[in-house]
Amino acid sequence: MAYITFDTDKCKGCGVCADNCPQTLISMDEERMNALGYRPAVFADPEGRCKGCKICAEMCPDICIEVYK
Amino acid sequence: MALTLTKGNEAIAEGAIHAGCRFYFGYPITPQNDIPEYLAREMPKIGGTFIQAESEIASINMVLGAAAAGARVMTSSSGPGVSLMQEGISYLAGSELPALVVYISRIGPGLGGIAPTQGDYKQVTSGGGHGDYYTIVLAPASVQEMFSLTIKAFELADKYRNPALLLCDAILGQMKEPVEIGPRPDFKDISLPDKPWALNGNAGRKSNLIKSLYLGDGEMEVQNWMLFDKYNKMKQEDTYFETTDVDDAELLVVAFGSCSRMAQTGIDMAREQGMKVGMLRPISLFPFPEKAVAELSARIPKVLVVEMNTGQMYKDVKVNLDRAADIHLYARPGGGLPTPDDVLEEIKKIY
Amino acid sequence: MSENITPATGPKKIMGRPKCLNDVTFHFCPGCNHGNVHKMIGEAIDEYGIQDRTIGVAGVGCGVFLYNYVDVDVLEAPHGRACAEATGINRVHPDKIIFTYQGDGDLAAIGLAETVHTANRGENITVIFVNNTVYGMTGGQMAPTTLLGQKSTTSPYGREFMGDGYPIKMCEMLATLEGTAFVARVACDTPKNLMTAKKAIKKAFKMQIDQMGFSFVEILSTCPTNWGMTPQQAYKRVAAEMIPYFPLGIFKERTTADYM
Repeated sequence: MAYITFDTDKCKGCGVCADNCPQTLISMDEERMNALGYRPAVFADPEGRCKGCKICAEMCPDICIEVYK
Repeated sequence: MALTLTKGNEAIAEGAIHAGCRFYFGYPITPQNDIPEYLAREMPKIGGTFIQAESEIASINMVLGAAAAGARVMTSSSGPGVSLMQEGISYLAGSELPALVVYISRIGPGLGGIAPTQGDYKQVTSGGGHGDYYTIVLAPASVQEMFSLTIKAFELADKYRNPALLLCDAILGQMKEPVEIGPRPDFKDISLPDKPWALNGNAGRKSNLIKSLYLGDGEMEVQNWMLFDKYNKMKQEDTYFETTDVDDAELLVVAFGSCSRMAQTGIDMAREQGMKVGMLRPISLFPFPEKAVAELSARIPKVLVVEMNTGQMYKDVKVNLDRAADIHLYARPGGGLPTPDDVLEEIKKIY
Repeated sequence: MSENITPATGPKKIMGRPKCLNDVTFHFCPGCNHGNVHKMIGEAIDEYGIQDRTIGVAGVGCGVFLYNYVDVDVLEAPHGRACAEATGINRVHPDKIIFTYQGDGDLAAIGLAETVHTANRGENITVIFVNNTVYGMTGGQMAPTTLLGQKSTTSPYGREFMGDGYPIKMCEMLATLEGTAFVARVACDTPKNLMTAKKAIKKAFKMQIDQMGFSFVEILSTCPTNWGMTPQQAYKRVAAEMIPYFPLGIFKERTTADYM
């Protein structure tokens, strides 16, 4: 199994992770804002589809994502 | 010690080698090309590095890099080139880096000419570049001093973590005099200060950072006052000047560099004619010998500044002059060199 | 039959912050590729174990805060002069790994002479060139790499050949010099491009470790704020407008050092 975690304090809501996840498991929080004023990314994987491909973490410009596998 | 007939520019280059400088980055410009040419020949022999850079801008920035890396390093140039270097010199001061800039002045402004001048006094004693800083400025008046003050300049630069400038002119650079230069010490025998702040890889310590950017609220004010304190310390501990025949003098000549040589002969001629004239020769132009001017002018009421520009050191003398003293200026800019007879004439007018 | 096996160890972290990057928030704008480039540099330094003998030289621009992010000795250079400063450091410490971090104004406008001559001398250093076709830090002025027709605050009607010249292709130019050992242009706009960029940056550092000469990587990067775009639009612009003019690829790769 695989999953990711976000450092939401550093997230700038750019959405690049969401744009590139091959399993579309990431979306941008539509309600919450972090202390920087951005809507951070959210990981939702109820079906356990995350393969740990690391594309999100590679593409994130702010090193917010840790990948576990 | 045996004397060697040595050219001024080459005495500087040899002095740098004696001081443990093993890095030279420079660019050709008249009248200082002997310096890079000498070091191009000598540096490879002693495991040093010589680069003829693509410009004076590149030169001063290579100096900055090497200084940040912890080495004794120098460059040399003349008016147009030193003007290009001013940004780098400001960065050296702001980053608190030691380095030597050798300045062999030529007439200006602009392309000017290649004749000697002292017209860059105000540029170098006011820092020269942007910002609240100064460079240490030493002014040799002989080939022997071109050698010894080069070594002194490196020592002061390291002592204060500040750039130092050796202000000479085309005469001093090109002339030859007998000089005492001992054998070259081995690099390992040269005592160099530790530089724990230098950049050489952070093994076993925290990373070092060399910068001059202070954006935080109030940060730069602290920095500026810290530099100010540094310059005050220089004033207290490292002001250099020479006085000749001032004990009974009734007229004080103030002159520096090559001009002081002409002035001294003029003074000697005046003494032969019974006039009591002495000379104050600033050797450090920054810090300027303010106290010496104040003390000497307090008992010598007539002061004659002789310089090869339109009146630059004159202002520094005037501001420190005793209130009761009279100040006069004999100014010869643009390569018009005062002869001893010229100086004698001026002395006679005032005495 | 399903076995209830509790794995001896749970999922392991397979990607995170490079060890040599400080755990701080980047000041860069959302969707700016500076962060990606910093990360790739960090990964290269970690992979080769060179943190304690690496010295960085920061140019002036958004990259000036390199020293807040990468935990190595760092020198802040005047605008455009990082290559000359890296030369000075390299001559004092030829055994250290030295890299510069410069934007397009810093490296290709005010610093063009230092960049070309440092490459020409074959200095054994690595130059990281973040090309986002504008001056970012100062608010989006025209840069040497601004594209024809591109509007900026100092080319408000769009860059024109007559008057502004064509954008400069640094990789192509530097590859003609004998002193360069590795010259590559990459981008971070897609996962595929980003993985190639990572490889190129690692290769550039490896070339330096192997004393091959001057290595240079140009990274086509986004600047959403000064392009007036969302991050999504900015990433698309890299592919649609920048890559056609600045083709990706390796322009030079020595297999023997230039001094041989």
